[in-house]
Amino acid sequence: MEEVVIYAVVSMAGLGTAAAVILYFIARKFKVIEDPRIDEVEEALPAANCGGCGLAGCRAFAEAIVKNETLEGMNCPVGGNEVMEEIAGIMGLEAEKQEPYVAVVRCNGSKTNAPQKVLYDGPNTCQFAHALSAGESGCPNGCLGCGDCEESCDFDAIHMNPLTGLPEVVEENCTACNACVEACPRDIIELRPQGKKGKRIYISCVNTEKGGPAKKHCEVACIGCGKCVTACPFDAITMENNLAYIDPKKCKLCRLCVPICPTNAILEDNFPEMSEKIVEKAKENLKKQTAKKKEAAKATAEKKEAATAGAAKVTKTTKTDDKNTQKGSSGQQSNSDNKDAPDSSRSKDNEG
Amino acid sequence: MKALKTFKLGGIHPQEYKISADKPIEVLPIPKTVNIPVAQNLGAPSKVVVKKGEQVKTGQLIAKGEAFISANVHASVSGKVKKVDEVLDTSGYKRLAVTIQSEGDEWEEDIDTSEEIKKEITASQQEIIDKIQEKGVVGLGGATFPSHVKLKVPEGKTAEYLIINGVECEPFLTSDHRLMVEKGEELMVGIELLKKGLGVEKVLIGIENNKPDAIKYLSEVASQYENIEVQPLKVKYPQGGEKQLIKALLGREVPSGKLPIEVGCVVNNVGTAYAVYEAVQKNKPLVDRVVTVTGKNLEKPCNLQVRIGTPVQDLIDKAGGLPEDTGKVVNGGPMMGKALTSLEAPIVKGTSGVIVFPKGEATRVTQKTCIRCGKCVEACPMGLEPFYLAQLAEKELWDRAEENLIMDCIECGSCHYTCPSGRPLLDYIRVGKPNVGQMIKNRGN
Repeated sequence: MEEVVIYAVVSMAGLGTAAAVILYFIARKFKVIEDPRIDEVEEALPAANCGGCGLAGCRAFAEAIVKNETLEGMNCPVGGNEVMEEIAGIMGLEAEKQEPYVAVVRCNGSKTNAPQKVLYDGPNTCQFAHALSAGESGCPNGCLGCGDCEESCDFDAIHMNPLTGLPEVVEENCTACNACVEACPRDIIELRPQGKKGKRIYISCVNTEKGGPAKKHCEVACIGCGKCVTACPFDAITMENNLAYIDPKKCKLCRLCVPICPTNAILEDNFPEMSEKIVEKAKENLKKQTAKKKEAAKATAEKKEAATAGAAKVTKTTKTDDKNTQKGSSGQQSNSDNKDAPDSSRSKDNEG
Repeated sequence: MKALKTFKLGGIHPQEYKISADKPIEVLPIPKTVNIPVAQNLGAPSKVVVKKGEQVKTGQLIAKGEAFISANVHASVSGKVKKVDEVLDTSGYKRLAVTIQSEGDEWEEDIDTSEEIKKEITASQQEIIDKIQEKGVVGLGGATFPSHVKLKVPEGKTAEYLIINGVECEPFLTSDHRLMVEKGEELMVGIELLKKGLGVEKVLIGIENNKPDAIKYLSEVASQYENIEVQPLKVKYPQGGEKQLIKALLGREVPSGKLPIEVGCVVNNVGTAYAVYEAVQKNKPLVDRVVTVTGKNLEKPCNLQVRIGTPVQDLIDKAGGLPEDTGKVVNGGPMMGKALTSLEAPIVKGTSGVIVFPKGEATRVTQKTCIRCGKCVEACPMGLEPFYLAQLAEKELWDRAEENLIMDCIECGSCHYTCPSGRPLLDYIRVGKPNVGQMIKNRGN
């Protein structure tokens, strides 16, 4: 009996030692030499594996940095500048300062602003609602309210508000990982620079219809009147497909476009309440800019005349000038109305 | 008595509700304005050739189809072009359309608008095809495939049979039925034209057994012609799908991803045959079609001959106005049609019916989880697994959806109809199909 036990123990020990020796040599032979900095960099990263950097997870990001020995074009939106500096320390490189971004919902078609006109009772996801219908308010570009963005968010940073039926971004949690932007089938969510003290101004509409139909679908739609384009002293606003867009790089946050929008489609975040003074200033600015741009247009028209001497073209340009002035004057009339109009979302932002 | 023919695989039998079957076709007065969408056919949209402010006559070309699969569009009323702009289509999205303010009804001079039936065929084979192309005839069964493309048999293939689809398997719809009963003589001339254009000898007309008057009348008329046979079929949905119809009539199966010409058949709807007759014999472009306006609570369900571009509202007014408890107005048949988002939407070449549903019937049952009963697999006439395809589409697994032949789905809705859990299977598949199609297209490039 004892013998059996001894044999068993000895043979097992022998087998174990043999296996250990073989494994040792195999491990030596096939050893992969890895840069230890990869692990260090990975350690420094937030391990969210969100893909916001454009790579498949944090490990891939670390590998890419170590392999290329550069931080150019590499940015972890979740970690932000702090983490990038730490990585730069590990790598012995200098980190570029990246402006922090935040997701912005560019639709204000809440249940009151864009009332329901048709019923959609298909599958409750935006992707399907978008493919099967134009949405319950009839707006072919607006928010469908099924919450694909909320589902896509790994950071608890975007929530559907059941009262408005629109998503709301929790700024503190948003890492600008781009997940919600990709999830939205209608390109409503945009990543914009966070701005100084979180201040930013944007057009809260993506509707490309002409004024009439856009207004019919939604009270706060951009109707493409072009007043903000004229008013902007920094040429930060452009108009394309009946839709204005504020370039965040050019915008100096002067707020002069906000009160003159006839449909309140321009929203501002984290600003103090709109004062009478700014409204007055905005009105005056609009007048001034209209006159200025009219003159500039005239000058170019004259130049054209001198250059081509084509009679037909000149009449055309002067006609558009007339239109501009008419727009300007009608805009001032509607200003007084808009001033008193309550704007729920704007006041909400102020509180936060 | 011999058993009636039908297709073997899958299929369902919903209640028929052919309320308007005995209502003769009425002509709807010319509307005040028409919105004629430019893309009314399957394939590439056509190019607009009129400008704002231009005076047009009925039958004048307003958009030219330039791609291989595209069709011409003609003015359906005479008057002034109010605008060339985007209007909301039947599903609420914007499509380019020509809006015409109607001023009377002045036709182009070379169009024969008389009632007289012209039986003598003088056009040659090529002339017939050219005429069909010129007059913008598309498949009026609903898919709106340009008819001239169907008549051009690809090289290496031979057409043996021309199949005329008079099945009208969708519940409620009766427009094809009325056309067969009232315009049988013209229809036969149209069939003869299609026969000549295609160069085939044999013609089969498939009609479901629930239209005995149409079967009787067309058999009588067909007896004057050679090789035209009327074949009664068992009532089963979706027998009007061309692949199902070929299977039912000839027992031949069209291979996956192929067209009916693969098995020597070309299928055309009765409405198309009538439009071909008008285009070739009367020189009349496709500017009107028969539309069924029906619904259980509608005061006067009817079959109307309507100009293309007429707002749906006009049709409903003619049928006695919208009942109070209306839940949905569906464009097309109840199985495959889509609910309208606005009654301003225009009638297009593919609109076969406008159906008004009361509120109780228009709401969906709450979606529950799949219980794996397999009813949808039994019902699918294409032999697919709808529950699985829907799941794949839900999870966005497009490559696997393709492997499981999602592109073979004919969107008949039988799976959706049978599902005891109320799962919107067809919705899922309908979203999946364009995504998979896009994927295949990208791969091709």
